[in-house]
Amino acid sequence: MRHTISLLVRNKPGVLSHIAGLFSARGYNIDSLTVGETDDNTVSRMTIVTIGDDRIVEQVSKQLNKLIDVIKVVDLTDQPFVDRELVLIKVQAEGEKRSQIIEITDIFRAKIVDVSPKTITVEITGDDSKIQAIIELLSPFGIKEIARTGKVAIARGREAGKNKGGATC
Amino acid sequence: MLMSGSEILLDALEKEGVEVMFGFPGGAILPVYDAIYDSKIRHILVRHEQGAAHAADGYARSTGKVGVCIATSGPGATNLVTGIATAYMDSIPMVAITGQVGTDLLGNDSFQEADIFGITIPITKYNYLVKKVEDLPGIIKEAFYIARTGRPGPVLIDIPKNVQVAKIEYDGYPKEISISSYNPTIKGNPRQIKLAAEAISKAERPVIYAGGGVIISGAADELKQFAEKIEAPVTMTLMGLGGFPGTHILSMGMLGMHGTHAANHAVTESDLLIAIGARFDDRVTGKLSAFAPNAKVIHIDIDPAEIGKRKKADIPIVGDIKQVLQSLIKEIKTKSHSDWAKRIENWKAKHPLTYKNEKGKLKPQFVIEKIYEVTKGDAIITTEVGQNQMWAAQYYKFDKPRKFLTSGGLGTMGYGFPAAIGAQAANPGKVVFDIAGDGSIQMNIQELGTAVCSKLPVKIAILNNFNLGMVRQWQELFFNKRYSNTCLSGNPDFVALAKAYGAHGILVKKQEEVIPAIKEAMKINDRPTIIDFRVEPEENVFPMVPAGAAITDMIQLA
Repeated sequence: MRHTISLLVRNKPGVLSHIAGLFSARGYNIDSLTVGETDDNTVSRMTIVTIGDDRIVEQVSKQLNKLIDVIKVVDLTDQPFVDRELVLIKVQAEGEKRSQIIEITDIFRAKIVDVSPKTITVEITGDDSKIQAIIELLSPFGIKEIARTGKVAIARGREAGKNKGGATC
Repeated sequence: MLMSGSEILLDALEKEGVEVMFGFPGGAILPVYDAIYDSKIRHILVRHEQGAAHAADGYARSTGKVGVCIATSGPGATNLVTGIATAYMDSIPMVAITGQVGTDLLGNDSFQEADIFGITIPITKYNYLVKKVEDLPGIIKEAFYIARTGRPGPVLIDIPKNVQVAKIEYDGYPKEISISSYNPTIKGNPRQIKLAAEAISKAERPVIYAGGGVIISGAADELKQFAEKIEAPVTMTLMGLGGFPGTHILSMGMLGMHGTHAANHAVTESDLLIAIGARFDDRVTGKLSAFAPNAKVIHIDIDPAEIGKRKKADIPIVGDIKQVLQSLIKEIKTKSHSDWAKRIENWKAKHPLTYKNEKGKLKPQFVIEKIYEVTKGDAIITTEVGQNQMWAAQYYKFDKPRKFLTSGGLGTMGYGFPAAIGAQAANPGKVVFDIAGDGSIQMNIQELGTAVCSKLPVKIAILNNFNLGMVRQWQELFFNKRYSNTCLSGNPDFVALAKAYGAHGILVKKQEEVIPAIKEAMKINDRPTIIDFRVEPEENVFPMVPAGAAITDMIQLA
């Protein structure tokens, strides 16, 4: 199963190496990983999407928690959360196909961010299903390139995400 | 006061209470060695950096304090790697300091540059590359704190040469440090402790499975009290030996691949397994699904990530073992299990550890028994890895913690001798024996120079069978006696080698020479002694559980 794990880490050099190293050393999968500063510039938030059964993901959380630079680990999968990804899609666009592509872009409330004689670049933000859907619709026109940010996620509601990976026992 | 990075480093080490450190100089660490020249801290010059890391490890294991090793950049640093990995696997507190090329040269494939920060990420608890001299005091303080607290482990500090030289106004070593993201759980959850006490009161066939955590936590007294109060038999992992007295009536000795019959059967038939500071290693459990198959599991460990890593715990308790056991002892009632105790006594009586002591033959087990007798069980024993290690674990009965120093997790051949040097430096008046094989000893034999030069009277008992014995044993049992590359016919004359280094050497070929040789070695207190015991070449370690089999599936002495 796919799990979305949100991490707060100390914003220090080498943190990313420690985390990426943990995944490769223990043979865990990373589907996507994003990182950026939070409102506190000494703390960064990482969103990692990983695949594994419950036992493996529990181990991932615990091992992440053990890293000295990791402040908090939350497996968002167990609670309501919002996730978004930004994707740039460069599509082949000539002749009457251009209007069709623009129509699809409108329906998805996506944006056209670049146009050339032969291509259109679409910017879309959304969750997995929305992105999957637009990619499917644009594919027949011929997708030349895709760039994805990877997922960012945050727990819903007023509370900060509940810590599930820590020493609860 | 205006001080250089190197001077600050030495001041910090003194403030951390470092008495001795082990190292080897080189270009990128020269400013630090210049500061060492004026320092009160004893520096022991090794002959290879791997020796420095193992010596710091032996120092740490025998004292419980943080061991310190130092090396230069590039090859100096990479030579520490095996020693750091060894310490990491066995949770040993260590601080490794490496020189690095100047920050202006970093990343340019400069002379003797290696990315030791990157290399050691998976084998350190934490590591640092110091970019500014201003950061150095805080980093050293953090490094020692991280190394010795929680689940201990090695921490590496990589210091570029210009940082060692740069001067700043130093207003003293920081008194306190707080790391917001690092707060190990020390006290066990009272609710979990209550649940554990309930399970213990209901158990009819409890077994305590004690690991290295007991020793690290300093909980040997508590474990004894706990085991006696509930009359539960105790088995120890290789790392746990000495955490519970080996001569105690409740001791079943070691469990697992070369464990005792009683220990392996008791675990398998238990209805409650109390794992304390142990991590269900594959060498302990054998086939995991057949390990304590009918037991409820209480798992006590300071590291939450160990809980449920290999085997599901019914009652996990995260915390420092000493504190958890103290709380648990208060919570439990005195119990006795006479039927269970009788069965265990029966297993112990019927299937003790044994070997055939044939006349005219020198058996390695016999040598270890005699070392045990002559040293009255009170020596610090280090081992190499292989048969020598297993025989030492089986036939030397450890009654106290921090007396048995062995590379359990990583299984590093070449560990024992430099570790003995570290232990001897930490314990000047004590007898330190390295129980070695002829294969392993040659992996770090250059440290004879260190021991002679530093006047450390370490005793090295080489169980010399002219073979890589454990591998040879596997080839005999599982590879149709195809002895591929396990014969060491090119062994040196170890006695002559000892003499060449200025050490003492004794050759032993007969049973009756064993005790006099050990006594002779114990009289020498200003230089190391090698005893070359020419033991039976085809002797095997029994019992043995084949890799991946259930632990009751034991090959016994034929």
